[in-house]
Amino acid sequence: MALSTVLETPGAGFNFDNAARNAALEGLFEGGQTPKPLKTGTTIAGVVFKDGVVLGADTRATSSDVVADKMCAKIHYISPNIYCCGAGTAADTEKTTDLLSSNLSIFSLNSGRNPRMVMAVNILQDMLYRYHGQIGANLILGGVDCTGNHLYTVGPYGSVNKVPYLAMGSGDLAALGILEDGFKHNLELEKAKELVRAAIHAGIMSDLGSGNNIDICVITKEGVDYIRPYQESEYKDDRKMKYKYGPGTTAVLTEKVIPLKLEVVQETVQKMETV
Amino acid sequence: MAVQVKQESKLSVNVTHRVTSYKCPVSSKKGGCGGKRECQGGFREQIVGAGFAPDVSSYYTTQAEVRAYQRESVTKGDKMNSRGLRSQLKDSVPVAGLCPQGAYGLQDSLRSGFTSIKNELLPSHPLELSEKNFQLNQDKMNFSTLRNIQGLHAPLKLQMEYRAARQIQRLPFLPSSNLALDTLRGSDESIGFEDILCDPAQSEMMGEPHMMVEYKLGML
Repeated sequence: MALSTVLETPGAGFNFDNAARNAALEGLFEGGQTPKPLKTGTTIAGVVFKDGVVLGADTRATSSDVVADKMCAKIHYISPNIYCCGAGTAADTEKTTDLLSSNLSIFSLNSGRNPRMVMAVNILQDMLYRYHGQIGANLILGGVDCTGNHLYTVGPYGSVNKVPYLAMGSGDLAALGILEDGFKHNLELEKAKELVRAAIHAGIMSDLGSGNNIDICVITKEGVDYIRPYQESEYKDDRKMKYKYGPGTTAVLTEKVIPLKLEVVQETVQKMETV
Repeated sequence: MAVQVKQESKLSVNVTHRVTSYKCPVSSKKGGCGGKRECQGGFREQIVGAGFAPDVSSYYTTQAEVRAYQRESVTKGDKMNSRGLRSQLKDSVPVAGLCPQGAYGLQDSLRSGFTSIKNELLPSHPLELSEKNFQLNQDKMNFSTLRNIQGLHAPLKLQMEYRAARQIQRLPFLPSSNLALDTLRGSDESIGFEDILCDPAQSEMMGEPHMMVEYKLGML
């Protein structure tokens, strides 16, 4: 449909046409609230150990007061040697990590190398700063590259921190307590996994927005071990019976068949040139 | 950032003098052709955007304003080059891209319905202006850095190539691939939100072809 009011093609990227309408609608709901985007309300944690990096996350996604997803995957793939945990608005973390992953794979196809952590962090920082915090993504990036094992955090406004252990999300205070108590430099693999598991567990116990299972991702120079789920929640519900109904469960009362009569009005034959 | 704040305060205080003086290369007089659009393209945005006051004098900021601006930046303790700041203020895509253009700068009620003054002047979202001007500002920053490091020839040559590549376009109502421009900019090796959201090649609405061509040629 051609519109006579459009004099220039609209630009690509974000479209702010509805912002004024949304602001006007805010006041109209009379006590109710505009629907909130899906937030992950999370506990995520990461630890640098002797041979690499361990990342952990819970698997609950909440939408205001309801658990929207019990098996949400919060550890995203960025590149073969870099993984990223995301807290904040679920759609924002998904899309941002997807874009980052695409950019890094274009780069590695161009240059023939595995991307470095600093490149991922800089791309993210530039992207998030450009939108001044409107993209609600709190990310923990962990990876192993030719310069060593690194753990970075990137905030929604573009702030970057490089640390040996880290927790983020709504359950981060409880998780950080466990990490502060148990962290030592150059931990062994099993101790590091146990530390991250205990940190996420503390977050799950103390925070309403985190829960269900725990995922762990171990990144080393040899490869990645993505254990999902590492520990299942003890409060898993058990379906007591099957809800599938066999044929014949519902009784048929009456049956009426009306045949649809079609008559051929016109027949044309078109020859196809199959040379 | 200090630059951003200055830009916004200038916008809110003095709307009609928004476009600072610029030199249109086609018509040799300062201030351009006063809206006649003989250049048919390059500087049309500024001319169209300043359609608020079609007389030529409004294209200049007054000398008093420039002096006041420079005094301001000194008293606030900024040691930055205010001449560089001024060059960043001009040429930005004006807010009145939001406002439709008709004859004599009035809005065209028949085409776009009733509008409030507030909707035309102020953006409805904090990111709207900065996203509109983003590519322009990036380019300006990069060119002025390049000029400071390597001299005037470097941005001059690059901008000449950009001008040439930008002219490789299809008719206004058809989507152009902008392949040469993308390659020059290096944006063929990166992906961002502008490649995923609101792709103009996949938009559901098409503008009226005759209107769009007339608009581009300045006959509307």
